[in-house]
Amino acid sequence: MDDILLLEAIERYLNNDMSVEERTYFENLRKNTPEIDQMVVEHNMFLHQMDMYSAHRNLRHGIHDAHQRLLERGDINEGAELTTRGRVIQLWHKYKRVTAIAAGVGGIIALFISGMVMYFAPAVNGNQLQQLSNDIAAIKKKQQVQGNLINEVKSKLPEGVRFVSGGSGFLIDPKGFIITNAHVLKGSGAIVVNSKGQEFNADIVHIDQEKDLAILKVTDKEFIPRKSLPYGIRKTSSDLGEEIYTLGYPRSEIVYGMGYLSARSGFDGDSLSYQLQMSANPGNSGAPVLNNNGEIIGVLSTRQSSAEGVVFAVKSRNIFRMVDAFRKTDTAAEKIKLPTKSNIRSAQRKQQIAEVEDCVFYVKAFAK
Amino acid sequence: MKADSNEQALLKGLANNDSRAIETIYKENFNTIQAFILNNNGSYDDARDIFQEAMIALYEKAQSESFVLTCQIKTYVYSICRRLWLKRLQQLGKYTNQVDSLEETIPVEEDLDNHEKRNAAFAIMDRAMNSLGEPCKSLLEGYYLKKLGMQELASEFGYTNADNAKNQKYKCLMRLKKLFFAQYNIGE
Repeated sequence: MDDILLLEAIERYLNNDMSVEERTYFENLRKNTPEIDQMVVEHNMFLHQMDMYSAHRNLRHGIHDAHQRLLERGDINEGAELTTRGRVIQLWHKYKRVTAIAAGVGGIIALFISGMVMYFAPAVNGNQLQQLSNDIAAIKKKQQVQGNLINEVKSKLPEGVRFVSGGSGFLIDPKGFIITNAHVLKGSGAIVVNSKGQEFNADIVHIDQEKDLAILKVTDKEFIPRKSLPYGIRKTSSDLGEEIYTLGYPRSEIVYGMGYLSARSGFDGDSLSYQLQMSANPGNSGAPVLNNNGEIIGVLSTRQSSAEGVVFAVKSRNIFRMVDAFRKTDTAAEKIKLPTKSNIRSAQRKQQIAEVEDCVFYVKAFAK
Repeated sequence: MKADSNEQALLKGLANNDSRAIETIYKENFNTIQAFILNNNGSYDDARDIFQEAMIALYEKAQSESFVLTCQIKTYVYSICRRLWLKRLQQLGKYTNQVDSLEETIPVEEDLDNHEKRNAAFAIMDRAMNSLGEPCKSLLEGYYLKKLGMQELASEFGYTNADNAKNQKYKCLMRLKKLFFAQYNIGE
């Protein structure tokens, strides 16, 4: 009980609730009794501690309330209230490390695989190259038997039909008349493929075995007829030494080759052909031979197997003759209007090629 | 950089537990801290804890008589949070090789030491309060924290008169002091 009274007195003293008399009395008591003095100091400190504790608690509440208010107003964002985007970010933070590890492992595997591919790729290519050269060897044998024809390009066998040969061809009329070698068209039908890889159905409308030329008509609805052709077809003979070039499909992609006119006659004095000095491969058959002016002077047809780079081209004037003959047998031929004037005469070679390229087709002949 | 007058006003408001000042400081700084914590292995809860701790440290700083804030509030809060978070990460045994710090920081170790001492004292007080039991706890809270009058408390708790309530209060206070100092002096 005394302790409580004392405590009350101390508190009143600290709160300045004492009258002057009482205060003087109490201060004397403090001076004379160290125990009481100690209690006063201790209680003062404790009250101070209580005040701080109180302020601290109020502050925590205040901060917590501020947090809730800001959260409600959307000034700050937290997991629970977040939109999907925020959740993604949260997930990202959560799984950042896992993701990094996964990505690292993925990267290592990718490197490993590409390393394996690099290691094995040349061997595989080697086989393919080997196979291809075998084919060429087979072709060579055949060519010797058949009289130096360049024609064979083995094709895959799609549904129902069997591709028997392939070569090149080019437009002689913007409406879709294509000229190629007769020996290219060994089967019963053909399709043509442009330099962009689009395929079109075509009919064989005329074949002249003697001149080794044939005409195809593109019948596909997807084919958009051109307004005009960039090149002209030369009626007269060309000169010895004239620089010439060709665009053809020895492979499924268009290939450019160049050379010069080396003789006015073809193999064994064949007056229908020129002899050219250039490299040509199976598949080049039917490709146009152009001069610097962008005029077609011939249709590439055969090569001499016993000599390197000796190639023969059917002279362009035979195209006129054949179309004339065709007109006599078929009224459809009346539509054919052969271009005689080159529109790319003054153009650079690269520009000429860009123009001509669109008119040269890959011809695939098939048998049912 | 000296804190400008606007910031001084904010700090004064914070020292007086003014809710608008608290809200302004909160709004201006929270997102930066949250981003910092989230970018360094922390969660939303961590960000809230750390930031609120920093607010309290700032409040203590603003209250102290020798109060001089020699930098912007932003820098001070960031420095505190960074220090606190590094410490927390260390305690959790999560070491981050490099906590990103593009922000300017100031040394806050001394302030944090004081802050932690205070926190320890508050924790002791908290425990002492909670082990008192009712009605002692509520009575003392009513008188010393909510600053209610004795008459008010007497009627609220159902004492016949204020003197009885006062008597009871002192008994409770003595028990609390005992509990508190028992812990507090060990802590010292």
